[in-house]
Amino acid sequence: MKLLRSVLRAWPPVVLALALLAIWQLYVQLGNVNPLILPAPLRILSATISHSAVFRAHVGTTINETLVGLLVALACGVLTAAVVDLSPALRRALYPLLVASQAIPILAIAPLMIFWFGYGLLPKVVVVTLVCFFPITVSMADGLSSTDPELIKLYRTFGAGEFTIFWRVRLPHALPSFFSGLKIAATYSVIGAIFGEYVGAIYGLGVLLQTELRSFRTDLLFGVVFITILLSVALFALVSLIERIALPWYFAGGREHDWREAGRRPKRRRAKQQTAFAPAPESAPAESLPKLHEEVIP
Amino acid sequence: MRRRPSEPDLGNSSAGSKVQGFNTKRALELFSARFIMVVLMNPATVSPSVPQRAPLALQVEGLSKVFAQRGPARWPGLAAAEALPVLDHLSFEVGEGEFVSVVGPSGSGKSTLLAILAGLEEPSEGSIALHGERDAPRLGQVGYMPQRDLLLPWRTALGNALAGIQVQGVPRQEARKRAHDLFCQFGLAEFEQTYPHALSGGMRQRVAFARTVLAARDLVLLDEPFGALDTLTRLSMHRWLLDIWGQLGKSAMLVTHDPEEALLLSDRVYVFSARPAHITLALEVPLPRPRQTEVVASPEFAQLKARLLGALLHGEEVTQ
Repeated sequence: MKLLRSVLRAWPPVVLALALLAIWQLYVQLGNVNPLILPAPLRILSATISHSAVFRAHVGTTINETLVGLLVALACGVLTAAVVDLSPALRRALYPLLVASQAIPILAIAPLMIFWFGYGLLPKVVVVTLVCFFPITVSMADGLSSTDPELIKLYRTFGAGEFTIFWRVRLPHALPSFFSGLKIAATYSVIGAIFGEYVGAIYGLGVLLQTELRSFRTDLLFGVVFITILLSVALFALVSLIERIALPWYFAGGREHDWREAGRRPKRRRAKQQTAFAPAPESAPAESLPKLHEEVIP
Repeated sequence: MRRRPSEPDLGNSSAGSKVQGFNTKRALELFSARFIMVVLMNPATVSPSVPQRAPLALQVEGLSKVFAQRGPARWPGLAAAEALPVLDHLSFEVGEGEFVSVVGPSGSGKSTLLAILAGLEEPSEGSIALHGERDAPRLGQVGYMPQRDLLLPWRTALGNALAGIQVQGVPRQEARKRAHDLFCQFGLAEFEQTYPHALSGGMRQRVAFARTVLAARDLVLLDEPFGALDTLTRLSMHRWLLDIWGQLGKSAMLVTHDPEEALLLSDRVYVFSARPAHITLALEVPLPRPRQTEVVASPEFAQLKARLLGALLHGEEVTQ
């Protein structure tokens, strides 16, 4: 029953994606679009499958770089958030620097990293970390600082020290916010890795992207794009899954439905009430009221 | 740990005897101590003129609190920070096993008083003695229950009740056992593994109360614990508290707006004036225990309530 419901819940995005792809396919076929300019989805699929051996060789490198970079960003982000949380002075000192780190044009730095760190794993990890650690740090720091002060006072009356309060109250409280940041970081991370490869690498989807672009294999280029998308979505789903498992309390109690159902009445009842209490059509106030609103809103 | 010397383990006597085996002599001692507490020292049986010599859980003398006024932006050199007196030389006491209430108009500094007694703030003046020990550290000794239940959503009801006792380093097994016993006593046994979002307001408050009782060495401070509940739930909580209070063997200080609640639950009620708060009336409540909630309909209760309301409404005219 539960499985069936989750399958049903997964349907809408799949249907929508398929519909969009179908429109794309029809447009290309009916409009006789040059496949070099825009290949049809089915053509992309078949080309990707026939070159799957090439893709397989490159995907592993990218996944590896992404995961290592994300883990490094995770460690850096959580540590920075904890440090920033520890002292307000450090917070004021570090925050502008954190924001500045996001303003660095990676476009300019990435080629230099090839000189600094070579063609290996390191420069890609640095790019991924640079992209990912900001959302993690900010969400974690905000989660930590938004703990209910009353709760902290309560723990003080238990005789708890700063560390106990951090570990037992503030850290668990910050976790939902932290996972929001981690989800954003996860979606950025794959693009970060591919960008790192694009600038200079031996293996990876970024390298493949460059080769296909140069050899005008637009269909394979789109293949790389779709694999990138799939990787990002998979990583996002993985983080969401970990969140669900780690924070069962946060999702218990139908959090999502609470506000969706608020103030809604069953449709049939509303229709009945309208017929029962509907004002006569010729009554003046009922007509003047909407007009008044129309005038005010623009 | 500062336990009362004469009757070392009243609160946990049932749990204690289970662990140590039944000891007739000890049981007799405990019983006689209980008898002295309940019958001889009860305000109802002792005539009011005889001064009570019960050991004191809490003794407060000349307690004052002055806040520096946080007004609109002060220009340098124009005006010094204005002092805002909140509590004005309060003296009162809570005996061992006594339930004492403080009633006062809102904003009279009742919550400030509890924050000071809990150790969250320091008084500007005066002394606080816990079990006869002056200026003892209060954090980690006194149980404090705020108005909101403040249950952690990521912990089960039992886990929440353990929050305080865990911090104080009680071994896990013992803590769990004590919490479990308390849950059985509180009528929460079937909700041990329930998360707070699935509990009703009254149940949440019971869990918060269990957490407070477990964390407290003896004295429990209750800051309008039933203020956020609806009338019906509040009444059932009163009934419940009257039922279990005698068995807990703790001392309590309750802050409330509600004169009826104060009289129903307490052995003594202090009435606070408006800010700066001083005590305008200390009213003994000689209603016999165990009490039923129906006692509120009795003529004695009505008389007490009239005196209490008189002091509340015309604060300055009534003196001790």
